[in-house]
Amino acid sequence: MTKILIVAEHLDGKLNSATARCVACAQAIAGAEIHVAVLADAPDAVAAQAAQLAGVAKVLSVANPANAHPIAQVLAPQVAKLAAGYTHVFGPSTTFGKDLMPCVAALLGVAQVSDVMAVDGAYAFKRPIYAGNAIVDVTAPEGQTVVATVRTASWPAVGTGGSAAVEAASVDAALPTHTRFVGLQQGKSDRPDLQSAPKVVSGGRAVGSAEGFKVIYSLADKLGAAVGASRAAVDAGYVPNELQVGQTGKIIAPELYIAVGISGAIQHLTGIKDAGTIVAINKDPEAPIFEIADFGLVGDLFTLLPDLEAAL
Amino acid sequence: MKILVGYKRVVDYNVRIQVKPDGSGVVTDGVKLSPNPFDDIALEEALRLRDKGIATEVVVATIAPADAQPHLRNGLAMGANRAIHVVADGPVQPLTAARALLKLVEKEQPQLVLLGKQAIDDDANQTGQMLATLWGRPQATFASKLEVAGDKATVTREVDAGLETLEVDLPAVVTTDLRLNEPRFIKLPDIMKAKSKPLETIPFADLAVESGDHLTTGRHAPPPKRSKGVMVKDVAELVSALRAKGLV
Ligand SMILES: Cc1cc2nc3c(=O)[nH]c(=O)nc-3n(C[C@H](O)[C@H](O)[C@H](O)COP(=O)(O)OP(=O)(O)OC[C@H]3O[C@@H](n4cnc5c(N)ncnc54)[C@H](O)[C@@H]3O)c2cc1C
Ligand SMILES: Nc1ncnc2c1ncn2[C@@H]1O[C@H](COP(=O)(O)O)[C@@H](O)[C@H]1O
Repeated sequence: MTKILIVAEHLDGKLNSATARCVACAQAIAGAEIHVAVLADAPDAVAAQAAQLAGVAKVLSVANPANAHPIAQVLAPQVAKLAAGYTHVFGPSTTFGKDLMPCVAALLGVAQVSDVMAVDGAYAFKRPIYAGNAIVDVTAPEGQTVVATVRTASWPAVGTGGSAAVEAASVDAALPTHTRFVGLQQGKSDRPDLQSAPKVVSGGRAVGSAEGFKVIYSLADKLGAAVGASRAAVDAGYVPNELQVGQTGKIIAPELYIAVGISGAIQHLTGIKDAGTIVAINKDPEAPIFEIADFGLVGDLFTLLPDLEAAL
Repeated sequence: MKILVGYKRVVDYNVRIQVKPDGSGVVTDGVKLSPNPFDDIALEEALRLRDKGIATEVVVATIAPADAQPHLRNGLAMGANRAIHVVADGPVQPLTAARALLKLVEKEQPQLVLLGKQAIDDDANQTGQMLATLWGRPQATFASKLEVAGDKATVTREVDAGLETLEVDLPAVVTTDLRLNEPRFIKLPDIMKAKSKPLETIPFADLAVESGDHLTTGRHAPPPKRSKGVMVKDVAELVSALRAKGLV
């Protein structure tokens, strides 16, 4: 029988939507019983949120002061212990899951399937390689636990309405103290979250400065959109790193993506391939971004953006 | 302090990868190969720690077929003191790479192991985490800042929420993100000098790494293509197109 354990991602007492996307992926495996593990110092609130996810049969809640911050080498031995009795252990392919899940796989002595984008069977998956320029079928050996990260942009978040039982689990695992959390500098913003927002406006190198990004923020606010950026814009210090979209930034799938002054390098396009509608604004009619844009507009962003905002 | 750097050879990041018509893989014949960009960053960071007098020796290691020697010479030309070439017939999966690197770690006893956060061919993002786990040592992935003082390192990590800082006891594994540094360019005289630097080759079998790869890869397919849409002539046309789709 297929039993899947999903490691919940959460911050400040809130369950991250990536967890609900992992549930959707797990549901693609026929007949799977789906459990969610919440590891935290005080897991109750997050466990209650996880229990409401549609399709979740049980929530395991692991309270431990050592789990106050998601330190992979602290969480991994606990998840590996919990994994006993499960055929699959899933985490999201966010920085949280990418950090943690390979440790779980190593403790279990199994390979990890990274970035599951489609399920062909309990042991058969599709995943992207070469910045998404090829999709490969991979098969994990049966009779071993399957450890995988779920490419969140490929899966919708399941809804709520579930009422899973929450069970306090105690895990007997030696936890290392060699790694200590010092701090988290969060980009505080009341704008929508880049990874789950239905609309995103991104700026590239052409925006020219942090000051210049005001036109991007302003359009985003008008649309109720999240703000993203190319690597060039982040490297240049116009915006913080957590706004980077692409192969090595965030892979997103909004309904509407507006790329402003972004050329369309393959590493950037990898991050937006699953977007519903892509709009590109670029002064170079030959820019590669236009090859994949649903709507392209050639011109100077500094004149077009204020016009666009006014026309909305 | 000794630093071991994972230095993988991959298809250059500028190459637009093509899937073979029969789906058996991607076309790599005649395609430009380069050091994994994240590994160049790892090597650069190690060299900077040596420049600062914190590290004394930088060793680059790769697990790759026999023809990867020029690749390691490249790492030596950039400034590594020594290279280790674990000669394997084909590509190895991350768990195997981690197990092989652990053997090198046991042999070399580095205080710091620097790897890329991901290899841009398999995009696995696993090896560093697996190595740290098997070694029983700390990991700090996706590093954008690294400070080493005594037997500790303070690492700033690029995480989805922003920047996280961890303190780890050494030895430890650190994986690099793009903004950690900008790798230096190799100068011609250094290419000459690299020719006489030590390059040790170890047959993969000699490491007695636990058996093989674990995932079977099947068919490769090109990604679903997004078709080119339409060019609109002005803002008004764009807005009405988006309105028609109910997007604004
Ligand atoms: C290993 C690796 C990983 C990478 N990962 C990522 C990633 O995750 N995300 C990412 O984005 N990149 C990534 N990159 C970088 C990527 O290759 C490109 O360098 C980057 O995406 C370029 O950013 P850009 O489009 O903003 O800048 P540019 O390529 O410089 O493009 C700027 C564009 O703006 C246009 N323009 C200029 N002025 C104006 C104006 N006034 N109005 C309108 N348009 C204007 C220009 O015509 C041009 O097309 C990665 C690279 C490597 C090697
Ligand atoms: N065959 C290899 N040889 C040397 N280093 C490797 C090898 N495979 C992986 N690595 C290191 O591990 C990192 C992450 O690789 P991956 O887990 O495959 O994405 C790379 O950036 C390298 O530093």
